This record gives sequence, structure tokens and C-alpha cells, in this order.
Amino acid sequence: MSRPASGAAAGKIGGAGRRSRGVWLTALPLYLFTIVFVAGPLVYMLVLSFQTKAEGWGVEQVFTWNNYLRILDPVYLDTFLQSLKLAVSTTLLVVLIGYPFGYFMAKLSQAWKRRMMMLIMIPFWTSSLIRLYGWMILLQAKGAVYQTVRFLGFDIDPLKVLYTYPAVLIGMVYALLPFMMLSVYSSAEKMDWSLVEAARDLGASPMKAFLSVTLKLTMPGLLSGVILTFVPSMGLFFIADILGGNKIVLVGSLIQDQLTRGADWPFAAALAVVLMIMTTLLIFLYQKVTHSTELEGLF
Amino acid sequence: MRNRTKLPAVFLAAVMAVMYLPILMVVIYSFNASKLTAIWGGFSLDWYGKLFQDREIREALVNSLVVGGLSCLAAAVIGTLGALGNSRLRLRSKGAVEYIATLPIMIPEIILGMVFLAFFSLLDLPNGMLTLVIAHTAFCIPYIYMMVKARLVGMDHSLEEAARDLGATPVRTFFTVTLPLLLPAVASGCLLAFAMSFDDVIISIFVTGPKVTTLPVKIYTQMKTGVTPEINALCTVMLGVTVMVLLLSGLFRRLGRRTGQ
Amino acid sequence: MEEMILSLRGIRKSFGDAEVLKGISLDVKQGEFITLLGSSGCGKTTTLRIIAGLEQPDEGRVILEGKDVTREEPHKRDVNTVFQSYALFPHMDVASNVAYGLKIRKVPKEEQKKRVKEVLQLVQLEGFGKRKPSELSGGQRQRVAIARAIVNNPRVLLLDEPLGALDLQLRRQMQLELKRLQKKLGITFIYITHDQEEAINMSDRIVVMNAGSFEQVGTPDEVYHHPRTSFVAKFVGSANIIHEEGKTLAVRSENLLFAKQGASDKYCVRNGAVKEKSFAGGLLRVVFVLEDGTELTASRHGIDTDVREGEQVKIGWLPEHAVEVEDDLPEEGTGNPGTGGRMPREKLEAAELKGDRS
Repeated sequence: MSRPASGAAAGKIGGAGRRSRGVWLTALPLYLFTIVFVAGPLVYMLVLSFQTKAEGWGVEQVFTWNNYLRILDPVYLDTFLQSLKLAVSTTLLVVLIGYPFGYFMAKLSQAWKRRMMMLIMIPFWTSSLIRLYGWMILLQAKGAVYQTVRFLGFDIDPLKVLYTYPAVLIGMVYALLPFMMLSVYSSAEKMDWSLVEAARDLGASPMKAFLSVTLKLTMPGLLSGVILTFVPSMGLFFIADILGGNKIVLVGSLIQDQLTRGADWPFAAALAVVLMIMTTLLIFLYQKVTHSTELEGLF
Repeated sequence: MRNRTKLPAVFLAAVMAVMYLPILMVVIYSFNASKLTAIWGGFSLDWYGKLFQDREIREALVNSLVVGGLSCLAAAVIGTLGALGNSRLRLRSKGAVEYIATLPIMIPEIILGMVFLAFFSLLDLPNGMLTLVIAHTAFCIPYIYMMVKARLVGMDHSLEEAARDLGATPVRTFFTVTLPLLLPAVASGCLLAFAMSFDDVIISIFVTGPKVTTLPVKIYTQMKTGVTPEINALCTVMLGVTVMVLLLSGLFRRLGRRTGQ
Repeated sequence: MEEMILSLRGIRKSFGDAEVLKGISLDVKQGEFITLLGSSGCGKTTTLRIIAGLEQPDEGRVILEGKDVTREEPHKRDVNTVFQSYALFPHMDVASNVAYGLKIRKVPKEEQKKRVKEVLQLVQLEGFGKRKPSELSGGQRQRVAIARAIVNNPRVLLLDEPLGALDLQLRRQMQLELKRLQKKLGITFIYITHDQEEAINMSDRIVVMNAGSFEQVGTPDEVYHHPRTSFVAKFVGSANIIHEEGKTLAVRSENLLFAKQGASDKYCVRNGAVKEKSFAGGLLRVVFVLEDGTELTASRHGIDTDVREGEQVKIGWLPEHAVEVEDDLPEEGTGNPGTGGRMPREKLEAAELKGDRS
């Protein structure tokens, strides 16, 4: 039923015609809520980004491009680059670990698939902050890792990982990995494995079969995982905050900082608009490449 | 040859072990008598005792449950009806509304937090329970909407027609046929949405008020100022409840299957 | 004049640019078994949906027991449908499925129970009340769908290819059962099928549909022996269409004879070559090509004949077996009259898979 022919689709139009008033009513709450509480705030953000910060606190209704020009300031540009660098390295690591995980998981027996699924879901139900806190315990200068190594009889210096870039990277990969696992898994699970066998049967080496069949067919899952990793990683300021001390400043932290301490809402809005454009472009690209409107594995 | 077949299992186990390592740390240190995480001061249940007496944490927990519950409820109604209505409507606006409605889980949370903060102050809405529920509803709707939409695609349209044919009014058809068939999708959407709401820091931090704070926001502030192992104890309790619920639901499903046959 | 239980008056319906029904009219008598016969996409399901109220006609009226119900909602019509997919509610057991209509009509609980039991007995599903639809076989689901519809004592029962998903053996058995049930209940049946054998076996009258119009309405005998148009002749009688002196003749394949040498002058005779032979369903089919390119199909019992492929033979028929019909088929030299009526099964399924509604 990939492409319902005119008949079936047409049947629905005819059926809906008379009842459309009732149908309208059911969709109304969604339309209202979406327009007022999603589209409205987003439009306001756009407007805000062209306004001027007032002296002290507040906003003046004066049109300006300055907020956008300010982003080009090397200090802020550098923040964008640093965020991008972190997001790209996070995504790469997540792909390297998450892809084989999802792939191997799809090859497990039904019972093990269910158990694995449960194991992935349980951390979802514990606070992500607390899981980060677990990493703090592990990575502290004289934390659990240090103590374990010492206990095993090796003499090492206290760790210097916490509050550094690697610690932030670990935290990001850790927080976002499950999304990649799930989307690759859902893609690989749906795959018809006999296609791989067919490729092997036709003389492809295991590597060649993987590249020409498996990778192609799991591409939607992989790409969706990339988006689900990359997009949030630009804004997860609290991970950088907790595991990176105050040394690592990301776009997310910058926006948060401008909103709270800096009290410069128009600039924060401009930053958010740029971030928003970057992410929507990415999603648009995903839809163009995979011809699908929904992200794989999210549902 | 044997090595090649074992490698995937070893890899899966290793990744899972690393996933659970920090959680295990939190659980272990909830029984630590010392307040410092670097030192093991012996086994103790003190932090559990303190946890149950801590009014602030209890209030934050209750707030989180209320916010999650109310947002899920609102999102379930809006999302389910919306998906249903949108699947029947033949309007050009349909795609646009769907796109905007699902945007909250597609863009970085920080943007959503920022726009809500700005928008609520524009509307002169004081930050508190109401703003929290609105903001959470906004990102709960997509989960439920997408789940219900997927279920609707797979649903046989003639089931509803059969009900109409047998004499049911449109409303009655909805309550006796459509809704029961959608319920599993609504439920799993709610479960996911609640988990997201219950764990949300970024959006909540912008819309919580001085009087109403959620558990993750509370934990976040503590982490910045200094954590007490009470939080470990809390996490351990929550983890215990989660595992219990999952095990019980698995057990019930198995029992249900047995009696069903 | 006899009271009509259901009348269709000049029904038209379009979906987008495609006109699916081109002004059809029909009168149905109480207790009649009427079959709408046609291939996929001819508009038969749409006709049924308009009678049920699931679709609105663009033009025309639907009159049920003398009352115009054209704009009436489906739940207010005393008509029930057996859906092609059965449409059994998966979240209810068999008894609740069957009781659904009664519950809505607020029939007392005791009475509900009694009638559900009776009707399950009628369709030979006693003791299946507690089963879920997913635990039933195809044939059993089919019976539940019928039970769920007839328990309400509808004035008219609509059946949309109810046997389409069953295997041949079960189909035959269910055809007989349905006919028996219809006689016993005295309910008017409007039945859809694309299978001319099924239509001929079961119906009081057959409506042959083609491209949104009624080609012919008549008893099985009329439709089979006296086709009005070349389409009906091909579709119902699997007839060969022969053009002769400006007339169009239909000769059914079993009336077409062939031999290597000449024939008696009682027969109309043509010269042709054997194109192919095939054996199916107890019949041997031989396809001939005439000198003008026309293809004819003859069928006879037996598994083989002495004519060889490529051989020149004489083909003949008795003049009384040739029925003059209206020509409404586009000229096609390579048509296959032998199977003209029955669309090949796989083609049909492909059409249905695409979601085509007849």
C-alpha cells in the first residue's frame, strides 16, 4: 500500500465532505495552540531580534541590524565555531559507537531485542542531570576512577579530566548516544536481511555487501540519528556548564547568559534565530535526501 | 570464526556497561556516610532519612509530577484530536500546522526556552505553574501527535464506517471504535512525553518562577552550588520505581497473554 | 406496480476529474438477491457506499422504502453492510462485535444475548462468542461480519465482495450458505462481485456494470443467453465477438466448433490457424487467429485435441448460437475473448492492492 491509487484516496474526500464541520472542531485545539503558543512566540523572537536593547533592563522598539552584526564579532563568532566543533565531534563519536550498536542490536534474537530495549529505556527515566553527576563522581580528580586504579595497585596522579573539553565531550556523547542507537536500530530492524544475502550470493565481499546494501538501507536511521544528535548538541548548555566548569562557552550557554545576566534579549533572540536557521536547514536537507518527513526511530 | 560471532555481543555489553556506570556510581554513593563524593565513609542510610524530611525536594518532586501530568493530559487531548482531524481534513494549511506543531522537538530546546521566556513576559504572564504547563504542553504535543498519526495510517478506515453503518453517531463511533483503537498509541506517546517533561531542564529553567520549581531545575541549582548525597538517594528511589513499573508491566502483559488464550 | 424496497434514481458521482458513476438507476424488489457484477474500478463499490450513506452522490436520489434518504447519515439508514475487509472491531470479542448494532439501538440486555446467540447459531459459530477476531480463520471472520450485519434485521443487506479473500473451496461453500441464509431471512441482498460464476450461481438478477454505467440488468439466464452488448457477452458469457456485415455477433466459446476438414453447411464457417492451446479448470481452450487478424477462443471438455499449433483449421458455429449485440467495445485485434470476462486473478489482485475501488 505504498501509493494509494486515486480511488481509495478519493473515497476519503467524499466521506469527509459532509462531516467536515465536525472534523474542523477536532483539529481546532491543535490549530489554536500551535498558532498561539508555538508560531506566536517564534514570530516574536524574530521581531525581538531586530529591536534594540534599552538602557539597563528591557527592550526599545527601534529597528536595528546590530544584533546580527554583533554575531560577526570574533568573540561570538568563535563561540559559534567552538559549538560547531563540539557538535561535530560529538556527532562523529556518537555515529562511531551508536551505529554498530544499533546494527548489532537488530541482529539479536527477539527476546534479547526486548531486553536491550528495556535497558536503553531505563536511563531515559532517570534524570539526565543525575547521570551527569555520576560522571562527575567518576571523573573527579580523586574520584571513583582514580580510587579504583589506586586500589588495583597502580600509582597515578589525580585525574585532570573534569572541567576540561574531553569531559564535556564525554557528557555530550553519553547523553545523546541513545537517540542514535534507537534510530539506527529501528532502520536496521526493518531491513530485509535477505538482500544482504542476495548481494553476497551475487559475489559481493562482506565489506562490499555492507557498503552497497546495508549502509544504503540504514541510511535514513543514520541520518535521523545524526540530526537527533547534532541539533540538541548545539543547545545543551548545562552539560558544558557542569562538566566543563565555566571554561567552555557554547551558543546555548551564550544565549542563556544573554537572557539572564546580560539582560540583552534582542541579541539572545538574534543568536537563537541564527541557530534556528541552521537546524531547520539541516532538517530540510534530511527530508530532501531521504524523501521522508519524519525522523526515523523517534517514534 | 568463534571470535567473529562473539564480537558483537562483547561490544553491546561493553557499551551498556559504560551507559550504566555513572548510574551505578550514583546509587553506590547514595549509601555513602560521608558527604564528600571523593571519600567512601562507610555504609549509611542517612541520606534516605534526610530525603524524606526535605520539604523543598518533596515540593519540587510534586511540582514535576503535576507539570508532567497536566501537560501530558492537555497534549493527549490536543494531539490526539489534532492528528485525527488533520488526517481527515483536505486543507493546504494541514502540512504547515503539522510542521509547526512538531517543531518544538525538532529545534534545540534552548530556543524554545528563550522564546517562551520572551513571549510570556510580553503577555505579562508571571512565571509559575501556568507557564510551565504551557511550555511543557508545547513539546509534549509532538510526541503524541506523531504516535497517533502513525497509528492512524495503519488503521483500517472501514472500521469506523462499519460502526456508522451499524447505527452509531459520529461521536459514538469515536468513543467506541476510534479511541479504543488509538489508545495504545496515545498511551505510549504520553509515556514518552511524560519522561521528557519530567527530565526537562533547559526549557523549565526559563519559565519557572521563584515559588514553583521543578525537580530537574532544583537539582541543577544544587549541582551548581554543591550537591548533597540526598540527590543520589532520590535518584536511586526513582530508578527503583522505574524498574519496578517496567517489571510489573512486563509481568502483567505475560499474565494477560496467558489468560487471553 | 409492486412496492420497491430500494430505488436509485440517476446517481452521478465524480472523484476529482474522474466520473465514477454516470447516472445509474435501479429498482430493487423486497427479498431480491441482486448482484452488481463488474471488474475493478467499474463503480460497483461506490454504488454500494452511496446506498449505505458512506458516500454522497453528486446528483440523483436514493429512495429506501419510499423515503428519500439521499442526504440521510449512514447511522439513520436501515441498511447494513458486510465490508470487503470484514471490518471486525479488533478490540471486541465476537459477541460484542455482533451485539454492537443492538447495543446502539438500546435493545434490552437479555434480548441482545438471545439474538446474538441465535444469529451465531445461524452462521454456525456457536461457542465462538468469547473469541477475538484475531483468533479466527478467514472463513470464520467472514461469518462474524455477516452475523453482525443480519442481527439488526436490516431492510437491505449490502455485501462488498464478501468472499473475495477466501480460497476457492471455501468460496463455493459460502456461496451456497449465503444463498440459503438469504432465502431463510427474506432480507434483500445487494451483492458485489467480479466473478461471473458467483453472480450466476447466487442472484435473482444481475446488474452488469462497466465504467460507471449499467450495461444490462436481468436474470442470470437473460444476461448469459441474451447479452445486450458485446461487453456483457464477453464479461459474463466469455463470448467471442465477431463483426459481420455491419453486425456484431457474440458466440460463446463452448459453441465454437473446429475441425481440420470442412463442416456441414448448417454452420457459419471461417478459416483460421491455431495459435495456442491451454488446459484449465476441466476445459481445453484453443485460440485461433482468423485471416483478418481476429482472435477466437473455443473451449471443450477433455484434455487435448488432435489439432496442432500453427495448423490451418475450419472454425464454425450454428447461426442460432450467434447473438446479435450492441457493439460497445473498442476495436481490439488482440483481445482474448476466452478469458474476456474474468480478469486474470493476479491482475485483479494487483489492481486491488493499489487501492482501486470498483
